[in-house]
Amino acid sequence: MSSVLYDTPGPRAKRRNVLLSVVFTLLLLLVLWWVWQKMDDKNQLEWNLWEPFTTGAAWTTYLLPGLGNTLKAAAISMVIALPLGAVFGIARMSDHAWVRGAAGTVVEFFRAIPVLLLMLFANEFYVRSTDISSEQRPLYAVITGLVLYNASVLAEVVRAGILSLPKGQTEAAYAVGLRKGQTMTNILLPQAVTAMLPAIVSQLVVIVKDTALGGVMLGFPELLNSRQTLAANYANVIPSFIVVAIVYIVLNFLLTSFASWLEQRLRRSKKSTGAVLGEDTVEVNPAAVRGTYGTGENTGGGGF
Amino acid sequence: MFDFLEGYDVLGAFWMTVKLTALSAVGSLIWGTLLAAMRVSPVPLMRGFGTAYVNIVRNIPLTVIIVFTSLGLADIFGVTMGAADNFDVQGFRLAVLGFIAYTAAFVCEAIRSGINTVPLGQAEAARAIGLNFSQTLRLIVLPQAFRAVINPLANVLIALTKNTTVAAAIGVAEAALLMKEMIENEAQTLAIGAVFALGFVVLTLPTGLLLGWLAKRLAVKR
Repeated sequence: MSSVLYDTPGPRAKRRNVLLSVVFTLLLLLVLWWVWQKMDDKNQLEWNLWEPFTTGAAWTTYLLPGLGNTLKAAAISMVIALPLGAVFGIARMSDHAWVRGAAGTVVEFFRAIPVLLLMLFANEFYVRSTDISSEQRPLYAVITGLVLYNASVLAEVVRAGILSLPKGQTEAAYAVGLRKGQTMTNILLPQAVTAMLPAIVSQLVVIVKDTALGGVMLGFPELLNSRQTLAANYANVIPSFIVVAIVYIVLNFLLTSFASWLEQRLRRSKKSTGAVLGEDTVEVNPAAVRGTYGTGENTGGGGF
Repeated sequence: MFDFLEGYDVLGAFWMTVKLTALSAVGSLIWGTLLAAMRVSPVPLMRGFGTAYVNIVRNIPLTVIIVFTSLGLADIFGVTMGAADNFDVQGFRLAVLGFIAYTAAFVCEAIRSGINTVPLGQAEAARAIGLNFSQTLRLIVLPQAFRAVINPLANVLIALTKNTTVAAAIGVAEAALLMKEMIENEAQTLAIGAVFALGFVVLTLPTGLLLGWLAKRLAVKR
């Protein structure tokens, strides 16, 4: 095993590595032991607190409906945000200065504002100006907040994708007599979206994570919110947190893995332009897009 | 026109946001750099720990972490961060702890990508003159890596600024909590929303511009 930073270990380095491993293991075990003791002290290890998760009731009554709502809000937000983002991304590259300016302002504005503020504001707006029932309102507010924020993030993603296409694509399209709109919809956009697909899937992780905000602040019955009802019923705060965290980790890990699988696949396929911009590329190479911040992955609550 | 602002400490709330951001930023930079060092270290176990930490923490919603610090750490385990009698201070410190734990994962990834930008020859040369791993990392690689990742770190910082609003979930009196209170009590929803939106634009836009300028100035010319 060799890397940029260190050589293939010789006898001395091997000894040192073993020593460091042992020390690190001991430290880790110490921390784990301390956590275990602490859990034991507070009676969090008793089987009756964990037992509900082995039977169906806790899942079918609380967690699965919560997970369903989380996925529902995330899916709807994604479906609305993607076309909206594409429109704004394209508008930002318009030849008309006022279209460009307006789209740019909207995108930069919504990207600079925390999702939570957008959700709170949308919620209050629906209370005052519409007659959406109070059960439906949190869902609407959560989706509105997520759409506004993520559409502007996706707008940048799509724009970066279009800018990353080789110039010859546009020239060839003009050469065969396509108009500007046709070039965009038939040639550039499909390629850009394909190239950015991994980044777009990664954005889903951000959206899934952000739905949790609606649960805490607006009472939207998603996974984190269901945890609270569950914990109130079984009095198992710590176990419920651990189980819910695991559900989120598995779900988002699947999405992340799917995104990187997609990236590999697109990179390999001969049909693509070879320009696959994963989230890393977008993040690390901000030169491609002026002022790329909050490119998604880092934007959980309020984005991050 | 802005008389609805009377009776509310808007500046105080934003000051709380700034304090949360600044403390969490410093903490997560330190913890994130340590994690990054672990992830590139020659000890497999440390690499494994770093990878596991980043992948686990990144996939948990920040809201879950912040709510856990309050309901789990404080209520069940009695972790009060040295402020058992003052609920406000305790909430603030717990929130900072949560933000550091979460943001460090992103800082770690940014720094690791920076380490990848340092040319192979640099580290090889460092090894050739007899520097060991920690010397190579401290003296040669990290200084260059940091200069390369100012932009990604600026993104992390801006995201952190926006993320501090999640502290409202455990009752820390920062901007989002005040906005929630204000739009529920006052009639001028739109104006209140505009004030808070503007506040965040004012906080994040200069950060992005300043650090972007700094990134260009400090970039290692190759």
